[in-house]
Amino acid sequence: MLLSVDALKVVYQVKRGWPLPKTHLLKAVDGVSFEIAAGEALGIVGESGCGKSTVARAILRLVEPEAGRVAYAGTDVSHLPLRELRRLRPMVQMIFQDPAASLSPRMRIGDALAEAIRVHGIAEGSAIDDLVASTLTEVGLSPDVAGRYPHEFSGGQKQRIGIARALVLSPKLIIADEPVSALDMSVQAQILNLMARLKSERGIAFAFISHDLGVVRHFCERTAVMYLGQIIESGATREIFDAPLHPYTRLLRSVSPVPDPERDSAPTVPEGEPPSPLDPPGGCRFNPRCPFATDLCRTVIPELRPVNARNVACHHAESLPSEGF
Amino acid sequence: MTVLTIENLRTTLRLDSGDCDALREVSFSVDEGETLAIVGESGCGKSMLAMSIMGLLPSIATISEGHVVLGSRAIEAEPEAAMEKVRGAEIGMVFQEPMTALNPVFTVGSQIAEPLRDHLGLSRAEARKTAIDLMERVRIPSAASRYDSYPHEFSGGMRQRVVIALAIACRPKLLIADEPTTALDVTVQRQILDLLDTLQDQEKMGMLLITHNLAIVAGHADRVVVMYGGDVVEQATVRDLFRSPAHPYARALLASLPRVDRDLSELASIPGRVPPLAKLPDGCRFIDRCPHAMDVCGKMPPAVELGQGTRHTVRCWLHVEGGSDAAVG
Repeated sequence: MLLSVDALKVVYQVKRGWPLPKTHLLKAVDGVSFEIAAGEALGIVGESGCGKSTVARAILRLVEPEAGRVAYAGTDVSHLPLRELRRLRPMVQMIFQDPAASLSPRMRIGDALAEAIRVHGIAEGSAIDDLVASTLTEVGLSPDVAGRYPHEFSGGQKQRIGIARALVLSPKLIIADEPVSALDMSVQAQILNLMARLKSERGIAFAFISHDLGVVRHFCERTAVMYLGQIIESGATREIFDAPLHPYTRLLRSVSPVPDPERDSAPTVPEGEPPSPLDPPGGCRFNPRCPFATDLCRTVIPELRPVNARNVACHHAESLPSEGF
Repeated sequence: MTVLTIENLRTTLRLDSGDCDALREVSFSVDEGETLAIVGESGCGKSMLAMSIMGLLPSIATISEGHVVLGSRAIEAEPEAAMEKVRGAEIGMVFQEPMTALNPVFTVGSQIAEPLRDHLGLSRAEARKTAIDLMERVRIPSAASRYDSYPHEFSGGMRQRVVIALAIACRPKLLIADEPTTALDVTVQRQILDLLDTLQDQEKMGMLLITHNLAIVAGHADRVVVMYGGDVVEQATVRDLFRSPAHPYARALLASLPRVDRDLSELASIPGRVPPLAKLPDGCRFIDRCPHAMDVCGKMPPAVELGQGTRHTVRCWLHVEGGSDAAVG
């Protein structure tokens, strides 16, 4: 496996209260496990506060996990000293929602790309410039733009630069955190097509984090759905979206708008919002919003277990009525 | 009955590099009880349009031609004092970011009560009672006890409900919702859109739904205006637009949408990008990105109705009879 994440747990300390703030523990990620094979795209979906971005950060050790294991191609990196981790960094790269925030406004694009190449000793001398030029071409920019500054580019072009900076290190896996959410519709398609090409031509694997189910369906072979720090359903994207099992996945799927006025929209949705991850409900975390919840759901946390060729964390996965949501 | 009519509106920006038209020849109308969606990407002029209607244009922008008619009264030349009476009373507004529409140092209840006292002249006690009713109508749980809460004590979705209560407080004939759910999660987005639909039905308001999201348009609008570079490039019922888009931009946009209910092999993408304001072409503003661009496209195309009485209009030379001859003549 290119990436394996096992029982990952990330806890943040947050201060709340006035006048004397108290420290609370927020379990942003609570026992998450998944694997990504070479050349495969895994979509991680969920609403804000579900922990999907924290998972991404923990994989790269931008936050330190409280417990659990993250391994790149079999090497456990969760306790590796940072100096040694650095040697593995080219393998796993990240692209962000706001590429402008990850580019120094004072650095020319070519210099920013060359710095990454130099730091990791990927190439030397004139080979650096050649690599920069060929990578810019690969992401659909002219090699001449190397001399320009980030503010001279549009949002879509900046995202191309963000992708180029990941690519110069020849990564095996790219972690993409909402890479197209800030882009206009016509540009979103350009960037998605570019990433799809990198996946098929270079065999790069992706962990693709998004709140947009349509985009995930288009790009990812497999999907994991998160709710309040846990994966509640995972499996092949098509199966999950065409026949979602977990009541939360069913809810998400039914409220995701479909660009087709002739489709009957889902019946009215229940009121309610995800509870604060600071104070998650006992038992199944979805139970306060779930129309099928029983006493079992309110007391015992369901395990993620195989049902119908996928994994579902629901006590009643086999016996849920087909109606509802 | 028509609630809002925009007639041949032109809004001009004075930039350092010279004047430019941020909106050109924009015409449409919104009927009572109807939702008209204005859809387009950033820079298409949809927010400039909203500001032109509300009289909130920045100082560098002016309406240089055309009319904004609310009911039967043209309001584009009204002085600011008169517009203050129109906004909030006759036009309700809901914006993308509810936190910026609410004052953090006043309770939500008092903010909903304020327009009731200012515009309708209710007493303090009456305004409080009406505000609580409004909070219940937008389904804020235990409204009476949350009257005295502050905006920061509410979630994003609940804040947007407060803003909606504020917007409908004076029973406006027209509601302008500018990206009302863009900052919200999908489950909350759906709740808010359903709420807007319900309130609109009850009040028979006309609604202008400004959004970049075509999937929302499909589910929640009656008719749609597609904008590009300050022009209305196509106008149709939602069904007609999705079934038979006529403008090359609208066609490309619809083909570029990923779908949650269906597998697509590749997304159609539109090459290039939206032209910046200072460099807008004189003719059709889609010319640089259009696969069908012809010589005649250097001139602005007229709006053409496709079929009698369909209210399906498109502004593209491809649909003008003898369009390519017009370049010569």
